Amino acid sequence: MSKLEEGLYDLGRLDRLAFLDTPVHRLDPRAKVVTTLVYLVCVVSFGKYDVLPMLPFVLYPVVLAADGALPLGFLARKLIAVAPFAVLVGIFNPALDREVLLHLGSLGISGGWVSFVSILVRFFLTTIAALVLIATTSFSGVCVGLRRLGVPDVMVTQLLLLYRYIFVLGEETMRMARARALRSFDDRGMGLAVYGQILGHLLLRTYARAGRLYQAMLARGFDGEVRIVRALRFTWRDVAFTSGWSALFVVMRVYNVPLLLGRFMTGLIS
Amino acid sequence: MSHHTIDVTGLGFSYPDGTAALEDVSFHIGHGESVAIVGANGAGKSTLLMHLNGFLMPARGTVNIGGTPVAKGTLADIRKTVGMVFQDPDDQLFMPSVFEDVAFGPMNLGQSPAEARQAALDALEAVGASGLEQKIPAYMSGGEKRLAAIAGVLAMRPEVIAFDEPTSDLDPVHAARVEGLVGELRRQGEYGLVLSTHDLDLAARIADRVVLLKEGSIIAEGPPRELFYDVDLLKGVGLIEPRVVRLWRELCRRTGRDPGPRPLTETEFVAALADGGRA
Ligand SMILES: Nc1ncnc2c1ncn2[C@@H]1O[C@H](COP(=O)(O)OP(=O)(O)O)[C@@H](O)[C@H]1O
Ligand SMILES: [Mg+2]
Repeated sequence: MSKLEEGLYDLGRLDRLAFLDTPVHRLDPRAKVVTTLVYLVCVVSFGKYDVLPMLPFVLYPVVLAADGALPLGFLARKLIAVAPFAVLVGIFNPALDREVLLHLGSLGISGGWVSFVSILVRFFLTTIAALVLIATTSFSGVCVGLRRLGVPDVMVTQLLLLYRYIFVLGEETMRMARARALRSFDDRGMGLAVYGQILGHLLLRTYARAGRLYQAMLARGFDGEVRIVRALRFTWRDVAFTSGWSALFVVMRVYNVPLLLGRFMTGLIS
Repeated sequence: MSHHTIDVTGLGFSYPDGTAALEDVSFHIGHGESVAIVGANGAGKSTLLMHLNGFLMPARGTVNIGGTPVAKGTLADIRKTVGMVFQDPDDQLFMPSVFEDVAFGPMNLGQSPAEARQAALDALEAVGASGLEQKIPAYMSGGEKRLAAIAGVLAMRPEVIAFDEPTSDLDPVHAARVEGLVGELRRQGEYGLVLSTHDLDLAARIADRVVLLKEGSIIAEGPPRELFYDVDLLKGVGLIEPRVVRLWRELCRRTGRDPGPRPLTETEFVAALADGGRA
């Protein structure tokens, strides 16, 4: 399989995982969407040089993945797949910010390196939280959750279509890449100009297909509102889940938990 | 809406680029009838089908479904009445899983999640695709996709179902399965069925009536037993007669006689041969 095919396949696999039936899967989508949002806000709002205080946040995805019977290896591979993007975002920090911020023994570590690591941690935490959300809720479940939380129909529909469009785009790209590979030899037919033409053609093809897909939705009674077969019931379990985790996130955001723990432990020892 | 009949009168349509795809097309499809629209590639079959549930609006003429004209204001009703199975199932499956896709229509008809779930499961079972529920459409075979797409249409319980080239691109087993399904719907007699195809063998087996399309116009219309034995007519529209017809004509030519009823299907052919042998 090509990289692209693998990526698409894994995206589909996330949705398959959502068919599992575990306590986490049975939670109302809204509970998971809100909790994930609180999580994201807390993680993203940490300071530029914060690393340690963010670490406890790994608790949430790990607990959910365990309770939701999600394969950790699969999630880890997805994290590695996004790593290059995270590195790309933060890679210039060490060069730009050379002021020494802390010392590890005799080694002075610059603010640039600290903020680089901070970006990596942030990237991983937010990505894994999003993956866990989809793998326990399904993409359409997330969409319906958003809808019920007051996000306008138009946006939710766009989101759902965008998701389908990713597959369409991927499939068409693969087809055209194969077609081109079959008919180009040595380096002929592989130049930049050809890429330009392929791109234009790709847009036309995917545009036409997206139009037909939309017609198919209309044919089956689509009137702008996304409805899916998933009984939504917000029970006390959902309330407990949402409020419990959110409270914990806020505590972990406000207090530097590793630091407090460290002090507590050293206090015990001395 | 009364009695699921289709009346097309003087229908004309041109694509924005100027291609005249349909010209003065008129025909009628009765309750419980199975009609094949046959024609070569580019004859206008898909364009015609797309008028039946308002994907395309008539530029000239009218399309009536059960007495209701296809128009902006009636689209919602029309689309409940006329289901459409696209030629390419990739155009039809849009939800992340087969189950959600099949349940999509029933949910939009206002059914409760429990009802929609049941409708989806029933439809999947009807097409023999139980077990595909959790599959992701992008990763299914062409045959499985086609079955899922048909289930999505059946789940809405339409009164008329239009199939655009239902067996093209399918392996023999899946083609036979889809054909069997169409045959089953035809036997139930509760649906109006419209099929487009250039495969006259298929049309011979499942159509009560045939509409012959060439370059956007109807050239002939009638029972397949009549039309499909008119080889010059078929040649004129760029089609090849069904294999059974070819064999029967060759047999008649060789033996120098033309005994009794002309066969259309392989079963009829064998029966006729057996009878002819005795005669
Ligand atoms: N979107 C389009 N724009 C312009 N011309 C089209 C379009 N779709 C089909 N046509 C043309 O309309 C004619 C009928 O096409 P179609 O209905 O797809 O035929 P069939 O389904 O019988 O193969 C053809 O000449 C085709 O080239
Ligand atoms: Mg066609």
